[in-house]
Amino acid sequence: MDTANRALADLRIALVGVPNCGKTALFNRLTGSHQKVANYPGVTIERKEGQFHSREGRRFAVLDLPGTYSFTPTSLDEAITRDVVLGRIRGEPRPDVIVCVADATHMPLSLRLILDLQRLGRPMIVALNRSDIAKRRGFALDVAKLAEKLGVPVVETVAIAPGGTDKLVEALAAFEAVAPLAEAVPLVDGAACAIAAPDRAEAERTQQFVPRLLAEVGYREPLRTRAAARADAILMHPVGGMLVLGIVLFFVFQAVFSWAAVPMDLIEAGVGAIGTWIAGALPDTALRSLLVDGIIAGVGSVLVFLPQILILFFFILVLEDSGYLPRAAYLLDKLMGSVGLSGRAFIPLLSSFACAIPGIMAARTIPSVRDRMVTIMIAPLMTCSARLPVYALLIGAFIPASAAGPFNLQGLVLFALYAAGVLSALAVAWFMKRFTTKRSHHPLMLELPDYQWPDLRSLIVGLWDRARIFLRRVGGVILSLMIILWFLSSYPAPPPGAVGPAIEYSFAGMLGRALHTVFAPIGFNWQISIALVPGLAAREVAVGALGTVYAMSATEAALETALLPVIASSWSLATGLSLLAWYIFAPQCLATLAVVKRETQSWRYPLIMAGYLFALAYIASFITYRAAVALTA
Amino acid sequence: MTDPTRGPVPMSTLHRGARATVHGVLEHTPVIGDALHSTVGQRLVELGFVHGAEVEVVESMWPSGDPLAVRVRGSTFALRRLEAAAVMVVPVNGAS
Repeated sequence: MDTANRALADLRIALVGVPNCGKTALFNRLTGSHQKVANYPGVTIERKEGQFHSREGRRFAVLDLPGTYSFTPTSLDEAITRDVVLGRIRGEPRPDVIVCVADATHMPLSLRLILDLQRLGRPMIVALNRSDIAKRRGFALDVAKLAEKLGVPVVETVAIAPGGTDKLVEALAAFEAVAPLAEAVPLVDGAACAIAAPDRAEAERTQQFVPRLLAEVGYREPLRTRAAARADAILMHPVGGMLVLGIVLFFVFQAVFSWAAVPMDLIEAGVGAIGTWIAGALPDTALRSLLVDGIIAGVGSVLVFLPQILILFFFILVLEDSGYLPRAAYLLDKLMGSVGLSGRAFIPLLSSFACAIPGIMAARTIPSVRDRMVTIMIAPLMTCSARLPVYALLIGAFIPASAAGPFNLQGLVLFALYAAGVLSALAVAWFMKRFTTKRSHHPLMLELPDYQWPDLRSLIVGLWDRARIFLRRVGGVILSLMIILWFLSSYPAPPPGAVGPAIEYSFAGMLGRALHTVFAPIGFNWQISIALVPGLAAREVAVGALGTVYAMSATEAALETALLPVIASSWSLATGLSLLAWYIFAPQCLATLAVVKRETQSWRYPLIMAGYLFALAYIASFITYRAAVALTA
Repeated sequence: MTDPTRGPVPMSTLHRGARATVHGVLEHTPVIGDALHSTVGQRLVELGFVHGAEVEVVESMWPSGDPLAVRVRGSTFALRRLEAAAVMVVPVNGAS
């Protein structure tokens, strides 16, 4: 770096704002795909950092802090925002500049937070976001005057439009980098509290000041559109709203099955073609077996579910972005309250449909510790996308693709499996409520943001993140487990003159037979028993494992790349249904248990979780298997 | 506008469509966030439920009006009855 550049040292900025102010869209607009997600030192709050360069080549490190209404936190998430801004977290340098993202369509709420922040006396910029929408609805505000009153720069931003952050970047460029050494010293706890956590009287004084300040800067409140009022009248209607919610969820699950069919066929055909090509190109050695039976058959059978996972995440992101999810939480609050949960638990639980890990982490927004623990404990009962491969395989093999009225029968069964997960989650929550100490109050206090069109850029960034995480798992954990499994299923080689498939003489065969004694009562054969072991590491691996096991046990030289027809012909219906029932509860994948350990800071919860899930899975499979055998006999 | 003959009532008693002016938030309210010592009252104040603010109940759930959706200062919040009961309001004439 030359001297000219050194003068323009990196600037660390932090985005702070009330929830739903469009902060994340702004973050995505500023940093694009240059994002890094990690944890804050010592705590398990997700730390989202990105960077961008100004035209002069100066680097800006951007931290996206969790949304908060005030510096008197009610949840772990909000506490982190306060602590980072105050430089109270060891190993996390205090940001040089705070960008307070204000929602122009909800000025009073944002302004109160701005006043709290401004009191800290830190370098700061106010970004007046969504100014375009606000203006269309009659919003007016003298930006220059507000900047003068507050004593900090105020710029208008439109996070969802190209170039919508130019003014912000320009204003940031005007800030000199603050010498990090002197500033990084954490404030004394007590002293910081006085400024940072205003008591109620203080909060009330600030609140009374807000309308006066707004009047002085010529503020005109944007109107609530008639369309929004009408939408709420339908979507939040006690009966109509519930109906719509049911239809929305049902549609999502139908879409997951029907839209994904074509891309899944393409991936399957592609994987099959690669397998055939390699099989033809290589001599019949252990290497060929490893590549074709181990890696391609195993990884390919998991990779094929990428389209379904992306479709599910697409809908979750759209529902979240549009402002519908908090309404769903409102609708379900009473129902969830009856089993001792807050409506707030709805959002973490919905995320758990994609993966229990982000769901468990999202539970941090739940203020009550007890509510949070119950939510974490039942999160794995929500059918995560990793179970989708297993469901999809089994449904494809055992449920005919016939039409049931206007619906696809396979889609209906999938919906029923999801419903079974939800109902058992409610039952478990109710059970936990009965046997833990009663708390009198579970607050909801959830903002219902304005409806908006989902931001395409954020949608793409979000989906790309998911695809990347999934592919990394396929390439990492899943690939290595497939190789280990291939080794276990190939060695030791069968004795000379042995009859039957080679895998029966291998380590995997021995292990499977040993486990088989445990799983025989619920109808699992030894191939399933083997597959369950790597399935512990990550559920979708079970499918890959079955792929490998069956590829290895093919007595013919014919290479089996398609798993579905094999199990359809070799398992009984009772076994298929039993395995489906098993996966409703399926003991957690190790990654989830590790996250629970980290989130709860103890071994107690992950152990209880693994234990109760195993027990439920075994009981459910036992009943399903016995009933199916009795009925089909 | 405000009917002086009627004293403040808990916001939880308002029906859908009712408008009122906030009188104040009760002093003693439940604690939220067990470890963080923040109270429902303080958060309600921070959300905008302060003396003089106008509120409107935009939606409420059946059968018992729990939870309800209240609009204050241009923002809408879903509140459980217990939280809404901590806000004392004076109903605006002819709108309840």
